[in-house]
Amino acid sequence: MSMNRNTVSKAKAAALAVAAILGAASIAVAAQPARQNRNAPAAPAQQAPNFDNVQIKVLPIRDNIYMLVGQGGNITLQVGEDGVLIVDTQFAPLSDKILTEIRKISKAPIRFILNTHGHGDHTGGNGNLSKAGASVAGGNMLGPIAVAAQGQGGAAPAGAVATILAHENVLTRMQQSIGGQPPSPDDTLPNVTYISEFKDMFFNGESIRLFHEPKAHTDGDTIVYFRRSDVLSVGDVYNTNNYPVIDKARDGSILGVLKALNHILELTIPKDRQEGGTLVIPGHGRLSDEADVAEYRDMVTIIHDRIKDMVGRGLTLEQVKAAKPTIDYDPRYGSGNGPGSTDRFIEIVYNDLKAAK
Amino acid sequence: MAEVDLSGVWNVRLHEDLPERIPGPDMVEYHGVPVNDANRARGLAWDPSILTLEEYQCRPHPSDYFTRFSPERIWKEIDSETQETKGIHIRKEWQAAERTIWMDGRERPPAYAVHSFQGFSLGKWEGDVLAVETTHLKQSYVRRNGLARSDIATTREHYIRHGDYMTIVAVIHDPAYLTESFIRSSDYALDNKRNIAPYPCDPVVEIVGQAKGYVPHYMPGKHPSEFEYADRYNLSHEAALGGAQTAYPEFMEKALAAKKR
Repeated sequence: MSMNRNTVSKAKAAALAVAAILGAASIAVAAQPARQNRNAPAAPAQQAPNFDNVQIKVLPIRDNIYMLVGQGGNITLQVGEDGVLIVDTQFAPLSDKILTEIRKISKAPIRFILNTHGHGDHTGGNGNLSKAGASVAGGNMLGPIAVAAQGQGGAAPAGAVATILAHENVLTRMQQSIGGQPPSPDDTLPNVTYISEFKDMFFNGESIRLFHEPKAHTDGDTIVYFRRSDVLSVGDVYNTNNYPVIDKARDGSILGVLKALNHILELTIPKDRQEGGTLVIPGHGRLSDEADVAEYRDMVTIIHDRIKDMVGRGLTLEQVKAAKPTIDYDPRYGSGNGPGSTDRFIEIVYNDLKAAK
Repeated sequence: MAEVDLSGVWNVRLHEDLPERIPGPDMVEYHGVPVNDANRARGLAWDPSILTLEEYQCRPHPSDYFTRFSPERIWKEIDSETQETKGIHIRKEWQAAERTIWMDGRERPPAYAVHSFQGFSLGKWEGDVLAVETTHLKQSYVRRNGLARSDIATTREHYIRHGDYMTIVAVIHDPAYLTESFIRSSDYALDNKRNIAPYPCDPVVEIVGQAKGYVPHYMPGKHPSEFEYADRYNLSHEAALGGAQTAYPEFMEKALAAKKR
């Protein structure tokens, strides 16, 4: 099957991408060197992002796990005899480029798309990439039929899409109009959800556990643990570029982010001298390990503790900002605009802690 | 190319800056380090108890700080076909840290690759001096009292051999936490009779009952010994708080201003 058949028109794709960005509290932060990201001016709100020059770069991580970097959230790829599993899909206009890179690694059918949360910079390509794949269903017949049809250039049978799996709250939020933005396109919605604390899978000879991280970056965050490969794909509860982006419209919270970061630290085991071992693919930014997550957790904890102390002393938000509770981390994580800005982070932490007082 | 053989076991000479290198710096002893306000604030928030956390107990010094400590073994990795030096390996005794200085001009990893405490180093000979450029460093410290060095910092080192002695000069560029490049030199003496011992390390629970997620730190303005060091040695508080100006000779008068009071 040609990808073009399922790719929406360029103009429509760009429009959807704008909607995805505006609808997501987590604005796309390209996985570039941190300072470049932080200092980059925000794209004008009404201007469609230009994806023409975006390159999808592939970083082999371990065994059959790869990290794909382009524009939007990092993608994790797991490949093997059972097929291809993708964690997050960036923006719809990038799907052709993403699929091209996937096919250089594996010709096997895309079976699963897992979403770490519902923001458009992580789910925009769901529809395109799921249509480029096929789930195994109907007594294990539908998948092979679909693959055969695709291989012959014929129309895929109904249902011949890869499974899109996420926490139930992701589906709920993607169907809502939030902040004046339209719901996500139907073909990007998860078609399988889970509501439990965690969900287990076994794919390509590997145990995979999906953990729900409640009320963190959003209320539908999942971190994906590839147990044999010892790789975590954690979405936007952790990034290496900015302060945490907490989407209040989707019920994110500072305490949820801290809990998720500490959970990641529970799962990671360094190989030696507190580095290596379990690798962590962040939502945005560079590949990490336990030591990196620990530094980030420390930063978030310290800022949380400071603002909590100030709230306890009755300081107003303006007084808290004037006290510069993030001063020591601003050169590394601070930014002046956007959902991940320093001011926005302080405001959210302040309001969370004041509400909990 | 004037390649000098650095192979052998080198014992670090600690006479230079001894108080900082063996007992370690005092709390809020920042003079001589070109810190910005952000780094000063990090130092003032730093509680040494953070080293009790399991994520910290076995960390090695980063490569830019390791030049100050610990004997090391240096050996070359030779390409069997070309007989050229492919890489130079350095093994430190303390925390068994190893690093490789690649001499084959290989491409650096992309910006989104994982960082390490020793970073990714490329070397080349500039006359008799081995010049090393390092990127991909993990966040760490420039002084063992909480002054930070970020993970976007880069370093340049010079390895200069004079007979059985060697000087390593390390220059740190950190756009996040330093207003100027920070330069340190360390001396080593060849000591091939010395062995580099193993250095096992296994994190343990050091403080029973510590709450999950607890991160020791001092609140702003609550450092328990902020000017203890400055007052003990009759230094001005400005001197203790560091900054680029405190590294220059003309600052001496201000540093000693407290004595005149």
